[in-house]
Amino acid sequence: MNSNAVGKLTPTPGQTVGPFYGYALPFAKDRELLAPGSPGSIRLQGTVYDGAGHPIPDAILEIWQADADGKVPHRTGSLVRDGYTFTGFGRSAVGNTGVFTFTTVNPGPTEEGAAPFIAVAVFARGLMNRLFTRVYLPEDEEALAKDPLLSSLDPERRRTLIARRDPDGGLSWDIRLQGDGETVFLDFSSAEGASK
Amino acid sequence: MPEEINLDVFNADPITEDVSDEATEAAPKTYAPAGHALDTAAESQADLSAEMKAIGEAYAQALKGGAPAETQPRLDYAPYRSSVLRHPTKDLHHADPETIELYSPAFGHMDVHALEADLTIAHNGEPLGERIVVSGRVLDGDGRPVAGQLVEIWQANSAGRYIHKRDQHPAPLDPNFTGVGRCITGADGSYSFTTIKPGAYPWKNHLNAWRPAHIHFSLFGQEFTQRIVTQMYFPGDQLFPLDPIYQSIVDQDARDRLVATYNHEQTKPEWALAYNWDIVLTGSKRTWTENEALGAGGDENE
Repeated sequence: MNSNAVGKLTPTPGQTVGPFYGYALPFAKDRELLAPGSPGSIRLQGTVYDGAGHPIPDAILEIWQADADGKVPHRTGSLVRDGYTFTGFGRSAVGNTGVFTFTTVNPGPTEEGAAPFIAVAVFARGLMNRLFTRVYLPEDEEALAKDPLLSSLDPERRRTLIARRDPDGGLSWDIRLQGDGETVFLDFSSAEGASK
Repeated sequence: MPEEINLDVFNADPITEDVSDEATEAAPKTYAPAGHALDTAAESQADLSAEMKAIGEAYAQALKGGAPAETQPRLDYAPYRSSVLRHPTKDLHHADPETIELYSPAFGHMDVHALEADLTIAHNGEPLGERIVVSGRVLDGDGRPVAGQLVEIWQANSAGRYIHKRDQHPAPLDPNFTGVGRCITGADGSYSFTTIKPGAYPWKNHLNAWRPAHIHFSLFGQEFTQRIVTQMYFPGDQLFPLDPIYQSIVDQDARDRLVATYNHEQTKPEWALAYNWDIVLTGSKRTWTENEALGAGGDENE
């Protein structure tokens, strides 16, 4: 490759995260975007399932989101959390039963009237390339109805992107890689060659 | 006296790893396993190679017929048995990235110490194996450097063994090698790691399955849509045609993009062999600020 090239370059292919990321990718408080129990904190929890409906014990998720006011964070320090700075980024490997847990805040709408959501990247052994998806907050039905992505999906599929609000304020949201209730995964660019 | 392997690190992983694969049973048994003495339940390399060859030929045929080149791995690639129940069966849904997706988490020198880019100095003694320097640049699809961003790597030691409780390969652990590194890219998108050339290692996808030597790379761009995890390989590896993970990228030009090049000019006399590998992320969907266009990022953005 010409390192001075300016113009369209073909992206490097992805590869599976494999089974051995466990001593490399996790870091202290990786899943705590703010301290559990602190004012405004909520739980985002769910299970990652395979096509047979079995929980996957070797997946790792990342979330990236706006703060409670809908502002996009630009702060460094996710890897060395100080307990006060909201960086908007979290990472959670699932446990033996396929369950992931984040402590975070409800993101605010990033634009007037927009439906708030958390961006998610999914990695797993056996998954050839990372998958992108979104988890929407369930409350603002008017905003959800107007959301460009959600309104392009049939109701059955649309449901896979909207979290359930638990009585204690937490969010429940599962990921199904395949089969009944398969989560909607996103392609942000149609011009990168086939990937299905 | 070499430092003991830190058991907190060794046992920190909360994940149960089962490298022998439960998905194997669900895999389509297109080819009858050839008889072999070691394990009659496992499929042979010949079985897998035949499957991979058939997929490769079908792809070559499609290319000739005018189909677009495939630049990413197939999510549905049955020769990698673990993928059978772990790939979406519905097409990825096209979405225009929205506000949050048009930005990336920020990382900087607060997050990563400069010494984390040298995997050979994490312990008191020298790790065994071939010392190498792996360097290159992270660019976006428009050729612009990805400055001030996080690069994470992990790898097996020179004997092909990961410091991971579930890696049961009977090769020695190296008390002086953990195999994890991080760095923050420079203003020109550059990164550089000093490490040890990893060994090939066996896995249980099929009988006598060996992964080509590789280093896992995790990369962030300036937008969340550019996030990627991949693997870098070494030139000339005889295991390439046999490996279902590498072959899941069915296009030869695309596969080649994962292979580093040896650089004798940068090789350090009496010290370390040099390899170069540039990484290209997807194109930018957002109009950059002037600072970004000038190559400022990470800490410089604050």
